[in-house]
Amino acid sequence: MSQWEVVIGLETHAQLRTKSKIFSGSSTAFGADPNVQANAVDIALPGVLPVLNREAVVCAIKFGLAVGATIAPRSVFARKNYFYPDLPKGYQISQFEVPVVQGGGLAIKVGAANDPNATATDKQVRLTRAHLEEDAGKSLHEDFHGRSGIDLNRAGTPLLEIVTEPDMRSSAEAVAYARALHALVQWIGICDGNMQEGSFRCDANVSVRRPGGPLGTRREIKNLNSFRFMQQAIDFEVQWQINEITEGRAIQQATVLFDPDTGTTRAMRSKEDAHDYRYFPDPDLLPLEIGPDWIAEVKSGMPELPQAMQARFHAEYGLSAYDATIVTASFSMADYFVTAVASAGAANAKTIANWIMGELAARLNKSDMPIEASPIAAAQLAGLIQRIADNTISNNIAKKVFEALWNGEGSSADEIIDKQGLKQITDSGAIEKIIDEVLATNQKSVEEFRSGKEKAFNALVGQAMKATRGKANPQQVTDLLKKKLGA
Amino acid sequence: MTDLINAPLRELSAALAARKLSAVELATLFLDRIDRLNPGFNAFIAQDREQTLAQARAADASGKVGARDTPLAGIPLAHKDIFCTRGWRTSCGSHMLENFVSPYDAHVVERLAGAGMVTLGKLNMDEFAMGSSNETSYFGPVKNPWDTARVPGGSSGGSAAAIAARLTPAATGTDTGGSIRQPAALCGLTGLKPTYGAVSRYGMIAFASSLDQAGPMAKSAEDCALLLNAMAGFDARDSTSLERPAEDYTRDLEQPLAGLRIGMPREFFGDGMDADVRAAVEAALAEYRKLGATTVEVSLPNSGLSVPAYYVIAPAEASSNLSRFDGVRYGYRAPEYTDLNDMYSKSRAQGFGAEVKRRILIGTYVLSHGYYDAYYLKAQKIRRLIAADFVEAFKQCDVIMGPTSPSVAFAFGAKSADPVQMYLSDIYTISTNLAGLPGMSLPCGFGQGGMPVGLQIIGSWFGEAKMLQAAHQYQKAADWHTRMPENLK
Repeated sequence: MSQWEVVIGLETHAQLRTKSKIFSGSSTAFGADPNVQANAVDIALPGVLPVLNREAVVCAIKFGLAVGATIAPRSVFARKNYFYPDLPKGYQISQFEVPVVQGGGLAIKVGAANDPNATATDKQVRLTRAHLEEDAGKSLHEDFHGRSGIDLNRAGTPLLEIVTEPDMRSSAEAVAYARALHALVQWIGICDGNMQEGSFRCDANVSVRRPGGPLGTRREIKNLNSFRFMQQAIDFEVQWQINEITEGRAIQQATVLFDPDTGTTRAMRSKEDAHDYRYFPDPDLLPLEIGPDWIAEVKSGMPELPQAMQARFHAEYGLSAYDATIVTASFSMADYFVTAVASAGAANAKTIANWIMGELAARLNKSDMPIEASPIAAAQLAGLIQRIADNTISNNIAKKVFEALWNGEGSSADEIIDKQGLKQITDSGAIEKIIDEVLATNQKSVEEFRSGKEKAFNALVGQAMKATRGKANPQQVTDLLKKKLGA
Repeated sequence: MTDLINAPLRELSAALAARKLSAVELATLFLDRIDRLNPGFNAFIAQDREQTLAQARAADASGKVGARDTPLAGIPLAHKDIFCTRGWRTSCGSHMLENFVSPYDAHVVERLAGAGMVTLGKLNMDEFAMGSSNETSYFGPVKNPWDTARVPGGSSGGSAAAIAARLTPAATGTDTGGSIRQPAALCGLTGLKPTYGAVSRYGMIAFASSLDQAGPMAKSAEDCALLLNAMAGFDARDSTSLERPAEDYTRDLEQPLAGLRIGMPREFFGDGMDADVRAAVEAALAEYRKLGATTVEVSLPNSGLSVPAYYVIAPAEASSNLSRFDGVRYGYRAPEYTDLNDMYSKSRAQGFGAEVKRRILIGTYVLSHGYYDAYYLKAQKIRRLIAADFVEAFKQCDVIMGPTSPSVAFAFGAKSADPVQMYLSDIYTISTNLAGLPGMSLPCGFGQGGMPVGLQIIGSWFGEAKMLQAAHQYQKAADWHTRMPENLK
């Protein structure tokens, strides 16, 4: 493999979270009956005209700010002309020569996707541009007895098409970029990221070359709507291209589709069938002008971005780079963390991060739940962690309380500790009494310990804890036991 | 009072306000006249007596008649069939939309209905407004009431013929390259194309979006001013509609012309125009000097490029605008086809006429990869030069005047075989559209065959009131605009 270098660029269509369409007042909500969310403008009746939805522009500005791009002071909507039944006007309104977002970049972690011990390196994927455009409707080829049905509910839904430079060198990098972008667009609130519903879909331009050689001919894999398919599709495509070249056949530029059932890619159309879209500026729309005031206004309403937040968590709470990345993996995750820290205090931030990444993540995973649906609210987790910090409960008991909170057995950690009598025993007299009993009934272990078997000590601690149903302070038990045994 | 069919709108308004006349009576008068005379001219292509009378009854009952802000209430008019009208067929002169009934009203239709005007019907036009003679209509040509062997001009030929034959007191028109002014000239009427952006294009079927503009057609400048008051104004549904305070276009009508500076473009008074047209236009300019205006020669050096630039830009936009007529959602669909592409090509081949297809082909060509820069971009550059010429010229004058059309109305078939000859009929009007300027045409005499000649006035951007003043003062001194074909009285 190392004699080949893989070159990948991605184009992503992110559906923007506006209430209405980009050029009409129809709703953009998903899942309505066919054609009920298509008004005169969406079905392109004679005489109708587009009017730009400023909220879609706000989304583009937010994105541009988040990726450090230039927000064009003046960009132009153009018509992309082609005939298809789900394209009512016979052209798509898009941006061509002058897009609204120009340049910018996105940092990805390479080489350590989910491994806290590996050293991940940062890589910057450069963005070429991001432009606003409208989505087409849907053609439905089933259930119409040899005919096709057209649903125009999606026609006119605002999209931001985000295009990278050919900066990625493996399917893993492509997926890392796509995941980072997916998190970012949700983080800044411009896209719901729902890949099943098509709110976030990627096209991958893939080519291979000899390292240092000229770029190879690319093939474009269309409509990848899951990260797993993206990885599979690129891996297959790369291998296919290498085989072709190795066997002496040149790669032809083409658009291909990935079939998840067979795991293969298949050419849809070649360069020769490529449309001439006859782009020209849309005379129905004025150039989009974005002044510094508008940008400043949008900027003031932007949330803190993940990278800034990671740096802050590292500086203020001493979180490791890995931990900071995990707790900022999504906006809801970060929000949960920040809320918990606000409630339990900065001193507990590290413990909170550990609990979120450990116990909570495992439990959510098991139940296939996103963090926003967690039955344990951030403030509840904070309450639990405060009781660990002030020695009211041990770590082990805390897990029990966590479980009880998850199951809704109480509204706060305090209530559960109180109700279930889980408060840690810290009274030395009481613990001493218990230890005396343990020593009396476990003579065998005592003798083993005295004859040099260190393990027996642990058994005695275990017995003492068992006798208190886990409530004794383990440190006190250890200390007292050592004292009694003269160790 | 003048007889009703020749009465200015102001007189009709006064008669209605005084209850000497009801909107129903007035509508009935014109409906009967349409029934009797329209078959000879083919100006109306959709009528609905019941709907018209219902609107008239509503106007009579509305309280708008006689109200200060709705002086047009109860007065009938007809719409060029390019405007979407709820409940009426809107065909745009095409087989493609022969059975299309719009579910909504165009902004202009809405505004005029809101002013209390009563719709008499829909007017014939060149197919999709592409033509200068009304010979491209799917519904057959409109005939010029002054001589039915001649064309009425186009594309608003139905509007012009209907007013000339006094089948309606007023009509709406649209002007992409001269489609209001040229037929107004050929039929002896007054018609005005406003500044681009003054009247909303919402609901007006697009031909060339950056050039299309709706405007009034009537017998006089004063009538046009009243109609424009109702038609113009900002509309959020059209992104090219200009947000500016409402104007009263009648405000300067009675101001005398002393001191008015009239620019005469050297390029408009060259060899291109017929002698009869020249004589009438020069006589009109002499009349203006008598009224206290001064004339000055100005130059529009790039105006010779306006026809070629227009025939790149307009077809380019049209080729895209007309893509929606694909037989999928509404409009004509071929009865038989084998697959999707076959459905598209057959529906469009059968649904569009020859001139429309020619322009779609030209437009598709000039936008194609490899030709875009040489044609479309270059034409846009020329367009800016043409606008700059006008900026220069308006430093020396308040309005520009010249012929509207190089000749009087020509005979059917005279130019239809040669598209270039036909395109040259708009040589004096097209530069106005390319620059986005307002322009109007008013009758200034008769030429060869007793056919009307039009004087064109071009105003500076948003100079409608000034143009209307110039036209109205002339119409107070000359009575060309009151003439009508003898046999139709």
